[in-house]
Amino acid sequence: MTSGGFIERLQTGLWKENPGLVQLLGLCPLLAVTTTFVNGFGLGIATLLVLTCSNALVSGTRRWIQQDIRIPIYVLIIASLVTCIELIFKAYFPTLDRSLGIFIPLIVTNCAIVARAEVFASRNPVAASIGDGIGMGAGFAILLMAIGAFRELVGQASILSRLDMLTGGEPFNGFSFADSGLLLAILPPGAFFSLALAVALKNFVDHKRSISRNAKMPRSLRQARR
Amino acid sequence: MNDKTVIRTGLTLAMIAAICTSLVAATYQLTRERIAANQKALLEQSLQPALAGVFFDSGVSESRLVLAPPHALPGNDAAVIYRVFANEQPVAALFAVTARDGFSGPIRILLGVEYDGTVTGIRILQHRETPGLGDRIESTRSDWVFQFDSRSMGDPVVTGWAIRSDGGEFDQLTGASVTPRAVIKALRDTLIYFDAHRDEIFLADATEESE
Repeated sequence: MTSGGFIERLQTGLWKENPGLVQLLGLCPLLAVTTTFVNGFGLGIATLLVLTCSNALVSGTRRWIQQDIRIPIYVLIIASLVTCIELIFKAYFPTLDRSLGIFIPLIVTNCAIVARAEVFASRNPVAASIGDGIGMGAGFAILLMAIGAFRELVGQASILSRLDMLTGGEPFNGFSFADSGLLLAILPPGAFFSLALAVALKNFVDHKRSISRNAKMPRSLRQARR
Repeated sequence: MNDKTVIRTGLTLAMIAAICTSLVAATYQLTRERIAANQKALLEQSLQPALAGVFFDSGVSESRLVLAPPHALPGNDAAVIYRVFANEQPVAALFAVTARDGFSGPIRILLGVEYDGTVTGIRILQHRETPGLGDRIESTRSDWVFQFDSRSMGDPVVTGWAIRSDGGEFDQLTGASVTPRAVIKALRDTLIYFDAHRDEIFLADATEESE
């Protein structure tokens, strides 16, 4: 894997190697909390923060860390960061924290984070590692929000319900379009269906792109490619 | 690994652990007060529904009295009593007690009662009763719990604190009689306890918060 520039890291994380769509890492929180957009947003942002900070710290200390003890050190760094994020959520977004429950502390076990520390941050400079953390974190967060919004729309026929968990103020039940939706989308199987649709959509877009790219190539090159 | 590298790796690990611990400790110090305030606000908010119509000017959570088992209230876990005051005069008390004989597991009940023994409101805090049958004791699923508002021990008398099919004055739930029976029994016992120990309850010192 090459380190590349900041922008390239963002593209890689957001699309090419999206942790949820391509690497299929961190699926437990992805499937469990995406019942609404707001839940997906909360956990997505928390994961993004932890991933960026842990990448920065692992990359910054990489010269002093011996190979033999790197895993306990990653675990230590990630667990401390998650504890800090949990305390901050409890202090500033208490209702969101209760709604996400155990899944905030469980960010510790999100394999996408330790994977980025091991695969990328421990071998690359700080700036590229931060770019990688933001790219991967944002890729994961956007996927969580998209699946959350999709399941909320289909399952409850509403969007942005409980937005008050982010902004404070009176309970807000979202913009409702119908009395009830397709309950299946909210239930656990709906999470699997939604993720499958998202992966299929990404593969479809990639496939279309590669076809149109091939079509633009001169004929001789196209044949050589085959 | 020779001795020297063992010491070196040990020191590195200790350094990183110290840095991480101070990071967590600093965040804890910065957020501690806000978290405590949030928890207090949440508690007071959750107690409000059982105190409908009661004016008070004291903080609900500071007046917490915890009775460790064994006590004379329903349930064999700790019973919690919140005392509410207006102008330093006692006005009402909230009881968090447990009915042990529910259909499936204990039912945690919040009962608000005015100083004169009148019920201000009842809410079910926690239960595992059958969905669609016993779970109608929840205020969001049916208005069953509201029939106790402004009743008291004496209205009806002790024997009237039962479901109709047991010769009492309160509605049962269609298809579920074990659940209402358990809840009403716990309410009855709590009201009897309140009448017998009222002054004691309001004079007792608040239980210290334990971390």
